[in-house]
Amino acid sequence: MSEAAGALSKFLGRGSAHEGAHHWRSQRISALALVPLTLWFLYSLLRLPDYQFDTLIGWLSSPWQALWMSLLVGCIAWHSQAGVQVVVEDYVHGKVAKPLTLLVSAFAHVVAGAAGVFAVLSVAFKG
Amino acid sequence: MAHRPLSPHLFIYRFAYTMALSILHRITGLALAAGLIVLAIWLMALAGGPDSYARFQQFAGSWLFAVLIALWVIAFVLHFCNGIRHLFWDAGMGLERPQARRSAAIVVVLVVLLSLLLLYGLFSKVYP
Repeated sequence: MSEAAGALSKFLGRGSAHEGAHHWRSQRISALALVPLTLWFLYSLLRLPDYQFDTLIGWLSSPWQALWMSLLVGCIAWHSQAGVQVVVEDYVHGKVAKPLTLLVSAFAHVVAGAAGVFAVLSVAFKG
Repeated sequence: MAHRPLSPHLFIYRFAYTMALSILHRITGLALAAGLIVLAIWLMALAGGPDSYARFQQFAGSWLFAVLIALWVIAFVLHFCNGIRHLFWDAGMGLERPQARRSAAIVVVLVVLLSLLLLYGLFSKVYP
């Protein structure tokens, strides 16, 4: 196929964007990272005596806990973005509906991920 | 948009119970994506100080929220256990049909046991 025809096919939404392998790998890497991170999170929740304000602040003020928590939120956002994207690509059709859903999902993931990490850091730095 | 053949032709397959886990992996994944929003709200409420956290607790104290948390715990356990099954497959292990059926059964048993343990462990602190 000539270069121009290749570019036309891409524009018309045919053929591969050549990003599949990268997407696939990044989803698996975030999944692997989430195995220890989610186990740490559940272990921490089970160890805490209660979920009152002072208890939780005391827990997240420790630098290591804040580090794991921000990594957890970041990895969840990353992994979730990749997963929701695949589901949308498989089940949402239409010239407008598909890109719009992908865009809303991407924005929501960035906001939720950034808010979570920002909140943890702000608790950690207040001490 | 070009009319190309779509990948998952779900309705031409005879139903097998391993398929239920496969579709549940996606459904629980979507549910957990919604959970990320609540996780972020929880952390932001905490960062906002005692008053903002008290307001979060007011809304989190409802029975509806307790039900949602319970569903998220179960969704997480399923997505976690089945996700590990997927990671083994990606490494090329356990792909034969009898192995896939056995690992599906293990996942179902683990989901029931671990969900019950986790729900008991978490809710016993919220409702002592």
